[in-house]
Amino acid sequence: MTQQFSKNPPPVEIGSSQWTRPFWDAARQQKLVAPRCVACGTFRMPPTPFCPRCRSQEIDWVTLSGRGLVYSYTVVVKAILPGMEDCIPYMPAVIELPDASGVRLISNIVDADPAHIRIGQTVQVVWHTLPDGEVVPRFKCCAAQEDMT
Amino acid sequence: MSRSHPIRNKTAIVGVGATPYYKRGRSEPQTLDELAEKAIIAAVEDAGLKMADIDGFASFGGGFDTPLLCEALGIPEIRYSAIVTGTGGGSAGSVGLAASAVISGMANTVVCVGGLQQNVQRYGTLMAAYPASPENAFFMTSGLFTPGHMFALLARRHMHLYGTTREQFGEVAISTRENAVRHPEALMRTPLTIDEYMASPLIADPHCLYDFCLESDGCVAVIVTSAERARDLQQLPVYVRAAAQGGASEWGRALYWMNMPDPVFASSGHETVARQLYEMADLKAKDIDVALLFDHFSSQVIMQLEDYGFCGRGEGGPFVQSGAIRWQGGSIPVNTHGGHLSSAYLWGMTHVREAVEQLRGAAVNQVAGANFALITGGPSSLPVSALILGRTI
Repeated sequence: MTQQFSKNPPPVEIGSSQWTRPFWDAARQQKLVAPRCVACGTFRMPPTPFCPRCRSQEIDWVTLSGRGLVYSYTVVVKAILPGMEDCIPYMPAVIELPDASGVRLISNIVDADPAHIRIGQTVQVVWHTLPDGEVVPRFKCCAAQEDMT
Repeated sequence: MSRSHPIRNKTAIVGVGATPYYKRGRSEPQTLDELAEKAIIAAVEDAGLKMADIDGFASFGGGFDTPLLCEALGIPEIRYSAIVTGTGGGSAGSVGLAASAVISGMANTVVCVGGLQQNVQRYGTLMAAYPASPENAFFMTSGLFTPGHMFALLARRHMHLYGTTREQFGEVAISTRENAVRHPEALMRTPLTIDEYMASPLIADPHCLYDFCLESDGCVAVIVTSAERARDLQQLPVYVRAAAQGGASEWGRALYWMNMPDPVFASSGHETVARQLYEMADLKAKDIDVALLFDHFSSQVIMQLEDYGFCGRGEGGPFVQSGAIRWQGGSIPVNTHGGHLSSAYLWGMTHVREAVEQLRGAAVNQVAGANFALITGGPSSLPVSALILGRTI
């Protein structure tokens, strides 16, 4: 049986607000950013209008290294919507961002053998352009780990 | 000396009614409203009340159109109409709403009704139907289109933290199926073996087909009135011992957020509601005789057993594997009606019905001497909810 490497999930339309648009704009520049409260330094994800710790609305958009840790993942192997067949298998994953105090991004692990993914392993951001021109972060296993497998 | 609480034993469920349970789409040409009306008529009859006695509605998950129900059923006057916010998490909580309305004097006799008809929107593809929003961009872009995808992430984390296995998820599916096999109203009545479970292809790793609830149509209604009035009616009163809803912001939007800290991430989000519920009831897990746990996914049964203190955090896998949730020989029989996994998925309301039947002593898979039943409403975004019903005060 041919090994199936994880693909990109089906494209969706991205909704945004004044608080989330900077994240997607940075993604178009292939920069992974996270909002940090100017007043108290707390990171949050996804972006919201207030810092949940101190209620400040001032944000620093911090550019991150793009390195992440796999916090959890699933492998979607069944197409449940029309047109999804070509995207199977894909791997939704919760990615912890160590240089944003460990806040998590819901994303995907792409180009990976699902059997070799482990919680806690290091991944690096890659960029995927959707048909409408929006760009979304995905993650790939780091080279060192690929060698190990 | 028992601590008192204003909700405890002041109200009771006096009537329960249900439509047949249908596989998804098989309830047509009836409409969802018609199914709700049939369940209400059956509940009123079961209670020995007249339709004119109904003066309130409590529901959840968007609820029903109250004036339409009144018009269809000939209910002359309504004094209360309320819905628990959120989705399936409010099923048990709707009974709490009804109890609070009766205790406060806003209404005398309140119907709680819930159910589903999935001919238009399959819940298994729910998120894909959402219009684009700033919030859902952060999970829809990853292809998380269904609760099944999302809860798989929690299950996988639970396996990582505690060593929980697929065989242990399988025991939940198999023990629930065993209960359904003996129940004439359950939709899935063929026994399931661990070999069949393990051989079933994964849908969203680590969940396979048997870890998912069914897709069903139907409605269930229960009637809540004062304990005093209940004692004059024809059924054995089933007392509302405690009812709680809400949850911690650490759980919050949960599946749509995925920033819950450990160990909350790999939980059912019910921990604070469980604590509140037991305090209200002045009971502990060991006092519960039968647990009707919202089983949209087998893994979430394991996490609720932990949140409700039937076992320690992280011990849910070995706990179920020991046979603890089996109807025969288990220390806490779970989902004796066959649950969402094998009886029917009506958004938690079959669990309320089963609790009433257990405490009346009239359940198909009767737990001998059952005095207290725990019922939970869906682990999902807040609020989640729970209920303890009692045969005795």
